[in-house]
Amino acid sequence: MKREVYLDHAATTPLHPAVREVMLPYLGEKFGNPSSFHSIGKIVKDDVDTARARIAEILHARPDEILFTSGGTESDNLAILGYARKNQQEGKHLITTTIEHHAVLEAMIHLEKKEGFEVTYLEPDREGLISVDQVEKVLREDTILVSIMYANNEIGTIMPIADMGNMIQKWRDEHKRPFLKFHTDACQTPEYLDLDVEKLHVDMLTLNGSKMYGPKGMGLLYLKRGIKLQPLQFGGSQERALRPGTEHVAGIMGMAKSLELAQANREEESVRLAKLRDAFIEGIQSRISKTRLNGHPTKRLPNNVNISIMDIEGEAMILYLDAEGVYASTGSACTSASLDPSHVILALGLPYEVAHGSIRFSLGASTTEEDLAYVLEVLPPLVEKLRSISPVRVDEKYFV
Amino acid sequence: MSHKQEPIKGTQGDVTTADNAKSWFYTDVVKDHFFNPRNFMHADAHEEDFNAIGKVGSPACGDELRVWMKVDPETERITEFRWKTFGCGSAIASTSMASEMVTENGGMTLDEARALKPQDIMERLGGLPQRKFHCSVLCDKALRDAINDYYRRIEQFDKIIVEASRIIDPVSKVTDKDIEEAVLEGAHTLELVQQKTKVGIGNPGCLPAVEEIIRFYKEKYFG
Repeated sequence: MKREVYLDHAATTPLHPAVREVMLPYLGEKFGNPSSFHSIGKIVKDDVDTARARIAEILHARPDEILFTSGGTESDNLAILGYARKNQQEGKHLITTTIEHHAVLEAMIHLEKKEGFEVTYLEPDREGLISVDQVEKVLREDTILVSIMYANNEIGTIMPIADMGNMIQKWRDEHKRPFLKFHTDACQTPEYLDLDVEKLHVDMLTLNGSKMYGPKGMGLLYLKRGIKLQPLQFGGSQERALRPGTEHVAGIMGMAKSLELAQANREEESVRLAKLRDAFIEGIQSRISKTRLNGHPTKRLPNNVNISIMDIEGEAMILYLDAEGVYASTGSACTSASLDPSHVILALGLPYEVAHGSIRFSLGASTTEEDLAYVLEVLPPLVEKLRSISPVRVDEKYFV
Repeated sequence: MSHKQEPIKGTQGDVTTADNAKSWFYTDVVKDHFFNPRNFMHADAHEEDFNAIGKVGSPACGDELRVWMKVDPETERITEFRWKTFGCGSAIASTSMASEMVTENGGMTLDEARALKPQDIMERLGGLPQRKFHCSVLCDKALRDAINDYYRRIEQFDKIIVEASRIIDPVSKVTDKDIEEAVLEGAHTLELVQQKTKVGIGNPGCLPAVEEIIRFYKEKYFG
């Protein structure tokens, strides 16, 4: 049988069996509505409360600071649109980066184009990093929100969120601008990084169940006490009426379990994957000429490998790999249905042909040394085949 | 028309993307040409052995296509047609298919080859996802470019057909006619026209002109 190697964990992860286990009762006998007053509902409400408290504990937050949503996109939207709309009388300037996920970028663009906000988009350096100084330089009296991702989903660059948060907190105190808030999209990080919101000095933080071996269609927003949002949807009083609608109970239970597992194993798993990652990068670069590692060599998620293979086009490469049972992606899954090259790779100052040749392998819990050895065996001949039918020769200044 | 149909679903391992499966799957014919491309230009082949060359696109737009053609001067039939492309699955499959179509059964005459339409290539492939239509347009253009090159080389300048249209974007070689077609097919915004034609993606300087043309044809046909 053909070997199958799933290397697209940044797109989504499989459900952890233990997570599935805790979800099952809520797809069966524990069907009650947490808002009901009878026992059937009360049992479920207690379980949701326990899950919320458990999540709060992991994030070093309070239970009432956790809002459950339908995923990373909704959490990002709720944080940005919700905060900006509710607090616009305090200022209409927002700060973000050019390499955010589309859930952040499109929300920002919407506010800019349709609702009269001004947005500053910070550009990363060649390795995909944004510095604390860069953020500080563009802060203004009318800035109300800074949103910067914890780690980039395409190139895995880890941003200095704690330092940024610290600086923003100081700036806020010195300038007496209590309405200046800091949001981070941390969807890619629970398996590997510290999510203590106190240490990170963040006011809002987005998480997504489907990137941490939890359920799809499930996310959360950490929202620091006292911050006011304008809801995106209206209805009952669930999630403090900021996100009304009957709770996705099975999802909430699964999310709590997956976050618990992720954070419990993160240090060990980071060490294991970083080792595999570095050997894999080394393996590709020693077997294939003309490649470029996109992103930072060390300030990088332990599971992310993003490489541009010159002279060939990423989509063709993905399809050839697919035929060999290797599942990777170009840029992010969200962009592979569009023809435009990755906005993240372009933001690194690289030309279109380099962006078009970028491939992302994202490792995960199931990834073994043998899996990667198999990829290293099948990849070079595929590259050679595609290069033999390509007329393009990318200038060497982009890969040496 | 065939290129507007939903692509026929293949029988095994359809290639889809995570977010929008139905817009992406390739037919078995497309996959066969993609995985086993025919007639591509081998590394050891010599350009001098061919008597016509065509080129279109640029890697900046994600597609570049070069073709090398051997034309029998007696019969004006295409006896060999080789290519190289920097492109996606559809670009590789379309060009591979086109190379078979122009050389099979003793080869097309140059006149026959000129009558070949992107839609004909699409039909033989069993359809392409709609957003990949431009891939078959690209090989059609490279073929026309090569035919003109052949006539240029034998100095039959009267046989060179410069399309009665104006190139708007010299990088992607998109003409005002292409934009007109895109608008007719329902692309009424710059974004949609770019999706179909890739105009200006590697050459944003031409975009104001493109927007002007879109407006013109929108008013002409739908105004």
